[in-house]
Amino acid sequence: MTREPDAPSAFESIAAHFVLVLAVAFALYPVLWVVALAFSGSRPPTAQMLPLPHDPTLANFVEVVSTTRTTPDGTVWLFGRQLMNSIVVSIATAATGILIAVPTAYALARFKFLGKERGVRALLATQMFPTVASLIPLYLMLDRLGLLNSRTGLVVCYASTSVPFAIFQLRAAFEAIPVDLEEAAMVDGATRFEAFLRVVLPAARPAIAVTALFAFMSAYNEFILAATLLNKAEMFTLPIVLQSYIGEYDARRELFAAGALLVSVPVMALFYVAQRHLVAGLTAGGVKG
Amino acid sequence: MKAQRALFTALILSLLSLISSTALAAPLRLWHAYRGNEEKALEAILAGWKGSPVETLAVPYDAYATKLAAAIPLGEGPDLFIDSHERLGDYRARRIVGPVGDALEAGVFSPPALEAVSAEGTVWGLPLSQKCLALYLNTDLVKDAPATLEDLADLRGKLPTGTFPLAYEIKGAYGLAALFSSFGGRLLDDQDGYGFVGPAAEQTLLLARDLIDQRVIPEDVDGALVTNLFKAGQAAYAVSGPWLAADLGENAPVKWRVVPLPRLRATGQPMRPLLTVESVMLSPQGAAKAEARALARLLASAEGAQIRARFGPTPTARLDVEVAAGDAPVQVFALQAKAAIPMPSSRAMRAVWDPANRAILKVLRRDATADVALAEGKRRFDDVRRPLPGRASPVPALLLVGVVGLFLAFQWSKRSREEGWSAQLKQSLPSYRYVAHAVIAVGLLVIVPLVIGAATSLFAGSDENQRYVGLANFINILTARGGPLLASGSFYLVLLVTLLWTVCNIVLHVGIGAALALILSRPTLRFRAAYRVLLIIPWAVPSYVTALAWKGMFHRQFGAVTGLILGINRLFGTSVEPIAWFSRFSTAFIANLTTNVWLGFPFMMVVTLGALTSVPDDVLEAARVDGATRWQRLRLVTLPIIRPTLAPAVTLGAIWTFNMFNVVFLVSGGDPDGTTDILVSEAYRWAFTRENQYGYAAAYAVLIFLMLFLTTRKRGTKADVTKIGATPTAPAEVV
Repeated sequence: MTREPDAPSAFESIAAHFVLVLAVAFALYPVLWVVALAFSGSRPPTAQMLPLPHDPTLANFVEVVSTTRTTPDGTVWLFGRQLMNSIVVSIATAATGILIAVPTAYALARFKFLGKERGVRALLATQMFPTVASLIPLYLMLDRLGLLNSRTGLVVCYASTSVPFAIFQLRAAFEAIPVDLEEAAMVDGATRFEAFLRVVLPAARPAIAVTALFAFMSAYNEFILAATLLNKAEMFTLPIVLQSYIGEYDARRELFAAGALLVSVPVMALFYVAQRHLVAGLTAGGVKG
Repeated sequence: MKAQRALFTALILSLLSLISSTALAAPLRLWHAYRGNEEKALEAILAGWKGSPVETLAVPYDAYATKLAAAIPLGEGPDLFIDSHERLGDYRARRIVGPVGDALEAGVFSPPALEAVSAEGTVWGLPLSQKCLALYLNTDLVKDAPATLEDLADLRGKLPTGTFPLAYEIKGAYGLAALFSSFGGRLLDDQDGYGFVGPAAEQTLLLARDLIDQRVIPEDVDGALVTNLFKAGQAAYAVSGPWLAADLGENAPVKWRVVPLPRLRATGQPMRPLLTVESVMLSPQGAAKAEARALARLLASAEGAQIRARFGPTPTARLDVEVAAGDAPVQVFALQAKAAIPMPSSRAMRAVWDPANRAILKVLRRDATADVALAEGKRRFDDVRRPLPGRASPVPALLLVGVVGLFLAFQWSKRSREEGWSAQLKQSLPSYRYVAHAVIAVGLLVIVPLVIGAATSLFAGSDENQRYVGLANFINILTARGGPLLASGSFYLVLLVTLLWTVCNIVLHVGIGAALALILSRPTLRFRAAYRVLLIIPWAVPSYVTALAWKGMFHRQFGAVTGLILGINRLFGTSVEPIAWFSRFSTAFIANLTTNVWLGFPFMMVVTLGALTSVPDDVLEAARVDGATRWQRLRLVTLPIIRPTLAPAVTLGAIWTFNMFNVVFLVSGGDPDGTTDILVSEAYRWAFTRENQYGYAAAYAVLIFLMLFLTTRKRGTKADVTKIGATPTAPAEVV
């Protein structure tokens, strides 16, 4: 935050590290339990303090990964297919969501037009209505549009639900970019759209990356809509598969945990890559003019 | 620019077509909720099918009924599906099941099983197997079947430490029904009246509580834990169904056998479990296909039964299938099925579970005496089954819509005649090209379903007999359905809990997030990057995974939090009692809160970190030179500068927390007794577990929306939520 000429006391440093270590322990403890469970053999329920696996084994991962299904056209590697579904659906969601949100956010940041304030209010209002009441109408509408039971329908839904938040975030990012930059480009003969493409978009890259990451994550983790819309195991995304390990009488928790780890790894990797941009991208204040 | 627009559209289309599925010729579709051996058995039976290809789908158990009800009326559902007979009443009312017709082989099914799938003189399903509870013995620990439940209870203290005499899901009405029957009780009587009241129910509950108090049965045991305890050798006996035998399989970790449930010495009556008849049912479109009926016949055939018997000890409902000699579990389950009580398939049965389960929990946790809890259960049942509000005339509403429409049209025409309006519109036109796709996408897929959903709140009844009732749902909710305004489950009490939930969460999210961000932004801090990555992890893990992980950690006997308490006791010689987290409102609320704070603080931390980068060093330096202490600099310089950046994030966070369904539903599930439910989870229950009263749920949703909308509107000027992460205005002026 600031350069402090007077060096902080050793006590303060130790206190800071103490608080951070405590916070890290709080953040990691449940995750480590999931890890421990994933590597455990059939685990007897005991209350223990440390998240250590019981009878360490890789069998759970093998079982989760090696699901197949035999169809007349040959054997399908279900897990691989479902992982691909998850990734493709999430990438398509992020791409579509960004494509829709970027021009709108730019218009909201730069232009004055009739109905702008009302539109923004309506956008915000969409965040307030619980999905429990709009799920069934959405289902009926997708049926009319012929998008039931297809990954396209899923992408269309995810992308449009991710758009409002994406617009809010990108709008702030665009507002933080000085207008002079575009004006200079337009003086040099660029049209407004060209200035937007060549000057504004590159400057807003971190914010766009982070917004895309959010859209990706929301699609990657969603299961209620996916479980309702999709009717074929070959189309399922991974969260539905994970959910099916928790049954009524026999929760295969160790399989659930192993699957959860596998599902989380790509997102964690993305977060790791994006974390530098995360701070700057989430807060346009970081993009200093 | 046109070219770019075309490129843009083409890009979207190509992206979508990349992942769209190709349409296939219609095979027969079969849905089930099987896993493991049962799924393998089904595949083995289907291998003998000679007709059109069969497309099977294993649907997650939780989504099964909803998915059937949504898909079948649209023709997107299966031709055949496998489910328990007790849902038939519901399925018939929703018209998503058809008569089996010529698929039925005459005279081969046991009469009780056939009766279970019959109604109104028609057969609606073909019985595949009969499932009921029986008693499992761990033969390493005990040799003999107990004659009475009391004999079994006498084992306490005679087993190795950490081993319980009996694992039995006594906290659920399904499991407890067996005990209830030995007192002569039935959950639902023949006239669809609620049966879990009166002396028999009281005696049952007191006995159940005694068994837990004497540590005969571990507390808080659900079905999955019964399986786990028995497999781990931590229970000498277990009351469970054929699924446990299937799970134990051939190389079971313990030696076991099955016997029928014992008698109760107190009454001399046997414990009679509920019988469910798993059946293959036909959707109306499936019932019209000869081939689908033929497939149903195959699934329920004698060969099918024999194949299923190879994969697990599930007794068939057929009379002409010999049970292989020496296959003891199947024989025992067949014997037990004869003594079992077929579960009523009427629609009222589905309304029994929730009130009965809550009454049981209340008594087991000593929150209420048995008679009070049971009477309350009966009230709850009647509340859900209450008669629909009368039909209202839609004329007033239509008139209102007409008047408002006319008024808006009048305003519109007045404005359009105003000076400069058309010039403004002309100026706006280029901007509309930028926003058009968003308007279409959000309008069509977010706002239209939302408006239709909101309109549902004017209707009542579940899907097959919808009627327009005007504002009756709202009046019902706002008057707490005639009960006291702050009674359990009333709108106002739930609203208070929701507000408490939102405030606590936001305070902790912002407090923890901002504190960590301030520490992380110390210039001399080492390992900053590592800390930051580790602290962001909760954000990266899917929330349903962590919600379930936390739920497990809060289990009283086997959870990690209890392990932590025991570990602390060991280390420091203290004697802190493990806490039954979900038995009291305060602790259950804390459990939910902990989970949600864990999920939410990284977001606030990152937002604060970003905001802190906008605090100019020279301003802080100037304040330092002027002699401001560190605390003063934080309070008077840093916080005012970052506040405008944080405010929108906080407001949006509050909206999301207000509607945070996942955590409440998955962690406490409303326990104890629905007190930790927030408005959204209450709405969910009305929509999906209480007779599918979508109109009522929608009314809740509309009320939630109105409250949030009005609250944020008032504050709109101060914290413009739509500008999340906006640049703070001219920081220099603040100082």
